[in-house]
Amino acid sequence: MRAFFRVAAFVVRKDLTVEVRSFEVLSTTLFFAVTVVLIFAFGFVQEGVPVDGVAAAILWIALAFSGTLALGRTFERERQADTLRALMLAPADRPALYVGKLAGILMLMALVEAVLVPMVGLMFQAPIFVAPGWLAGLLAAGTLGFAAVGTLFAAMLVRARSRDVLLPVLLYPMTVPVMIAGVRGTAALFQAEPDLGLAQFWLALLVFFDAVFVTLALWTFEPLMTD
Amino acid sequence: MSGDFERVSVVQLGRHYGRRRALTDLSFTARAGDIVGLLGPNGAGKSTLLAILATLLVASAGRVEYGDATMSEGGADLRARIGMLGHDLFLYPELTARENLAFFGRLYGLPDVDTRVAGALERAGLTARGDEAVSSYSRGMRQRVALERALLHEPRLLLLDEPFTGLDQASAAALVTRLRQEQARGVITLLATHDLDVVDGLLTEVVFLRGGRRAHAADAGGALRDRYREAMQSA
Repeated sequence: MRAFFRVAAFVVRKDLTVEVRSFEVLSTTLFFAVTVVLIFAFGFVQEGVPVDGVAAAILWIALAFSGTLALGRTFERERQADTLRALMLAPADRPALYVGKLAGILMLMALVEAVLVPMVGLMFQAPIFVAPGWLAGLLAAGTLGFAAVGTLFAAMLVRARSRDVLLPVLLYPMTVPVMIAGVRGTAALFQAEPDLGLAQFWLALLVFFDAVFVTLALWTFEPLMTD
Repeated sequence: MSGDFERVSVVQLGRHYGRRRALTDLSFTARAGDIVGLLGPNGAGKSTLLAILATLLVASAGRVEYGDATMSEGGADLRARIGMLGHDLFLYPELTARENLAFFGRLYGLPDVDTRVAGALERAGLTARGDEAVSSYSRGMRQRVALERALLHEPRLLLLDEPFTGLDQASAAALVTRLRQEQARGVITLLATHDLDVVDGLLTEVVFLRGGRRAHAADAGGALRDRYREAMQSA
């Protein structure tokens, strides 16, 4: 088990080193996420007053779109010199490689969320500090569910010619339950009177989805990548 | 199993992608010290064969035997004895040569990674430039690092896909010398290439491929280019 996590840690450290050198994926993902929120702000904020109840949906839409971009760019990097094959060739547990890539994506998305959440709070007057622990829990669980499926599909499609089109086409329908739970749970927190009970229900559902998605991804990663 | 083996046998191997057959009923054996050339036009199935031998792809029919073990029996132990240099170089351009080699060394669980990396950089003639990003290297320098990456864990089976592409004469000669050193160590090398003049005299055996099938040249002697032409015409 230690070897499994050691391999995952090597992959994460390598991905972070590459990202620190190039700053490519974080900058493009962040720019895209901020642009999405700004466009929504132009449509849903009239004379400084936002339309009621849209903040949660806009936050999750921005996360889904920018997350897809991050997944695509991260695996494009592995495709350019065919390094994903070199990783697969190593005598390490192949699911550990998946976990390493997933952890890297999660860190990237956490950084994007650190900018997006205050921005949505500011532009749509969303009460992000009313229940910060619950909000963080919903974001963490939702991001894990989204990234778990996304990492698997992005790795699987790395050699497909139309991968840029196929990734969102496959990913969005599969992660609809995650998006629904994330939006509804976050909306429950952003209400005038936050409904913590409802938020807890959606968080529990997200944790369930995470368990299912991560288990399935770990189980199918190796056969999907070698056939 | 320890993962080591003295022989690789390809037995009635087949692979198809949907309805397209990439390999059909291919059989041959390579032994320790052999340098086997996989020669054929584009689309002949060379890269597919190398991917199957590297355990990166599952065969649709037949099997590959690594000594007495098959791919499914070998697992990680088997992969620890395989080195591969692809047409793309399997290197991260943003990382330095030293970082690339160290990353793969650790991924392979090798002991004394720093010492091995230093040795690999020396063999590649890049000790002085080992801390520069791979993206700043010439094609020949990248190729040397990529080869050392493939050999870092001292594999028994070395798989090379177009290793001479883009190399000048001196770099190609250096690569041939390096392959001969590995041959003396008992490495089984399978080499897909179009550079017939470079590998003529290096190969101990040749497998001609055309349309995913093995083709044969009637005349076993003579220049490699002539045998290649004959095999392609007879297929």
